[in-house]
Amino acid sequence: MNAPLLFRDGRIVDPSQGLDEVSHLLIQDGKVAAIGRDVGVPDGAEVIDATGWVIAPGLIDVHVHLREPGQEDRETIATGAASAVAGGITGICAMPNTDPVIDNQSAVGFVKARGEAAGLARVYPIGCISVGQRGDQLAEFGEMVAAGAVAVSDDGHPVMSSQLMRTALEYARTFGIPVADHCEDMPLAVGGAMHEGIVATRLGLKGIPSAAEEIQVARDCILAGLTGGHIHLCHMSTRGSVDLIRRAKEQGLSVTAEAAPHHYTLTHERVGDYDTNAKMNPPLREAEDREAIRAALADGTIDCIATDHAPHTYDAKEREFDDAPNGIIGLETALSLGLRELVQGGVLSLSTLIERMSCAPARLWHLPGGTLRPGTVADVVAFDPAAEWTVDISRLCSRSRNTPWGGETMPGVVRRTVVGGRVVYST
Amino acid sequence: MTVSLGKDLVGLEHLSREQITAILDTAEPFKEVSERQIKKVPALRGKTIVNLFFEPSTRTRISFEFAEKRLSADTVNVAASGSSVSKGETLVDTARNLEAMRIDMVVIRHGSSGAAKFLGDRINSNVINAGDGKHEHPTQALLDMLTLRDRFGSIEGLKVCIVGDVLHSRVARSNIWGLTRLGAEVAVCGPATLLPRDVEQLGVTVFPRVEAAIEWADALNVLRLQLERMTSGFIPSLREYNRVFGVTAEKLARAPKDLCILHPGPMNRGVEIDSEVADGPHSVILPQVTNGVAVRMAVLYLLAGGSQDAGSSGSEMS
Repeated sequence: MNAPLLFRDGRIVDPSQGLDEVSHLLIQDGKVAAIGRDVGVPDGAEVIDATGWVIAPGLIDVHVHLREPGQEDRETIATGAASAVAGGITGICAMPNTDPVIDNQSAVGFVKARGEAAGLARVYPIGCISVGQRGDQLAEFGEMVAAGAVAVSDDGHPVMSSQLMRTALEYARTFGIPVADHCEDMPLAVGGAMHEGIVATRLGLKGIPSAAEEIQVARDCILAGLTGGHIHLCHMSTRGSVDLIRRAKEQGLSVTAEAAPHHYTLTHERVGDYDTNAKMNPPLREAEDREAIRAALADGTIDCIATDHAPHTYDAKEREFDDAPNGIIGLETALSLGLRELVQGGVLSLSTLIERMSCAPARLWHLPGGTLRPGTVADVVAFDPAAEWTVDISRLCSRSRNTPWGGETMPGVVRRTVVGGRVVYST
Repeated sequence: MTVSLGKDLVGLEHLSREQITAILDTAEPFKEVSERQIKKVPALRGKTIVNLFFEPSTRTRISFEFAEKRLSADTVNVAASGSSVSKGETLVDTARNLEAMRIDMVVIRHGSSGAAKFLGDRINSNVINAGDGKHEHPTQALLDMLTLRDRFGSIEGLKVCIVGDVLHSRVARSNIWGLTRLGAEVAVCGPATLLPRDVEQLGVTVFPRVEAAIEWADALNVLRLQLERMTSGFIPSLREYNRVFGVTAEKLARAPKDLCILHPGPMNRGVEIDSEVADGPHSVILPQVTNGVAVRMAVLYLLAGGSQDAGSSGSEMS
C-alpha cells in the first residue's frame, strides 16, 4: 500500500458534499480518509503543501477514443491514460470504435486489462450497441457489462435505425447502463466537412446542418420516453439540441447529455482557411450555438463535459480538408479550457465546473469517484488555478498532436493526480 | 505603380480592388500578343511551370498552356488520374517532388476545396489555382470580368446575375468576390437546392426565379449544370430545369434590355442555356475563351515578378 498522503491548506472543492473551503485532505489505504483542519499527520505520511491549489475529486471523461486495439500509431490505452492524468482526469470511458471494434466480452476485457496494466487513469470500456457497429444486431450487453463495460455506444456510427435504438434502450435497462448516441442523421450529413453556414459557403465545403443532430436528439428523447431507458447524448453542439434536451428533462425523461470543450470554446469561424485541427464531427457551429451550450452547462441542461478526445496522426491531418479525419485531442486541455472559458468567462463557478467534469459523470454513469466523501476511492486532482502553462504540442503526453490550441497559454496547472490513493502524475 | 499579387493566386476573396484591376490592366496588352503572327514574347523565358491537374480539364488546361507558351515558359503537364489519395501519394509529397526538380510555378486543379492554398502554404514555388473543389476558380472570374469590362467599359455599378448551380460552383464564388470588389451589384439565381446556405451574407441578392433575374440584370453568367445533380437528387430532371431555370430566348425576349450572356463552359445546350442564346448576338462566350489566355498570361507574368508598367510598355514583350 502507498504511504498516506496529506494535502495541507488546499481549497477543497467537492460539490458532492457542498464543500468549498480551505482545509486538509488525508488519503490513506487508497481511500479518502478525512477532510478537516484538525486532521493529524499519520506516521510515514507524505505531506504536500497545497496552499493556493484546488483539491477536487478527479475528473471523469465519459467520451474518449484510445485507438487501441488497431490504431496504435494514433494513441494507445497507456498513452491515452497518461494524457488523461496529465490533465487531472482520473477516469476515462473508452469508445469502442477501434479496430476491431469492442463488441464482445473478450474485447471489453482486453481494454480493461490494458487500462489496469497502464496503472494511470481508470479505463472504463464502452461496448458497442450493435455487432460490428453495423447497426443491425444488438451486441451482448450482459456479457460486456460483466466484463467491465460501463455503457454502450456505436459512436462514430450513428444509430440510424429507430428500431435498433428502441431495443438498445429497452435492453440496456436490464443492466442499468446508459446508451450513448452520436446523434447524426446520416443522409442529411453525408459528405459534410464542417457546419453548414456562411463559412462553409465561403470555403466551398459541404456543410452538416444543425438539423442533422437535432433530428436524432429529438428521436432519442422520444425513444427514452417510450422505453424508460437511459439515453446519453454525446457531444451536443447546437442550440436546437439544447432546447430539445431541456424539454425532455422537463418531462422527466431519462436523458443526459455531454458537451465538448471545443463546442463551448470555438465556432466555425475557427476553420479559417481550412485548418484541419478545427475539423470534427459534430462540427464547430455558430456563436449562438456556443452561447447556448454555455448556458446549458450553467443551468444543467447539459450534465457534463466530455472531451471526445480523438487522436489522429500528423500525416492524417496534414492533407486536404475534405480528406482529413474528424476530431481533436482534448484530455490535457479540458480542465484549463473549463477554467479559462467557463470559470474566468463567468459562465460557471469553479464548484459547478467540478460538478460537470467529475461529480455528474460519476453519478450518471455509476462510476467510482466524483466525490471526496471519506471512505470513497481516493481519485483526486490538485491543481493551481492561478498558474499558467503553454500548450506545447511536442510535449503532450498523448501520442498525437492534433489540437487547435497549440501555442496558447492557459490557466490551471495540474500539480498532482491521484488514482486510488497513488500519485500518478505530479509537476 | 506596382501592385504585387503576393506569392500565390489562390482566389479573389483576399485580393484588393487594386490587385484585381492590375491583373485586368496587365491582360490588355497581352490580348494583342495572341493576335500576332508570332504569338510569343520572352517574358517568362527560362521559367519552368508545372500544370498539375488532379481533375480532368480541357479548356482551362489548354488555356493555361497557351498562356505559358506564349510567354516562353517551359511547361510540363501532369495529369494525376483520380485523387492523390487513390494514388497513394499525398498532395504535398507530389508537389515537393516536383519542386525538387527546381520548378518556378505550379498551376493546380484539384477536386478538394482548399487544395491550392494547402499547396501554396507548403512549397516555395508560386501556386496558381486553376479550380479547387467548390472553392474558387480565380482566373475564370478574371476572364469573365475582363470580358464584361470589354463589353460595358466598366464593372462599377454593373448588375450581374449568376444563374444555376451556385452551391457546387467555384466559378460563382470567385465571381462574387471579384465583381463585388470592383463595385458591381451581384445576384444569384437557381433552385434553392443549389444555392449555398447564407449566401446573401456574401453580399449578393438572391432571385428565386430566373424571370426576375433577367428583368434586373445587365449580364447573366450562366453556370454549367452537372448531370449528376439530377441523379443525386438536387433537381427532378434536366427537362424541368431547362423549363424553370434555363436561359432561353423566350425568357430573354421579355427583358427590358438586351442582356450580355456569359458561360464558363463547357455548355449543356438545351439544359442551362439554349443554343439560340449561346450563339446569339449578345453572347460573349467565345470572347471569354479568348480573354482567358490573356488573363492567364497576366497572372503568370505578375506572379513571376513582372510589373504592371513593364507589361504595358511593350518593349519588354516584343
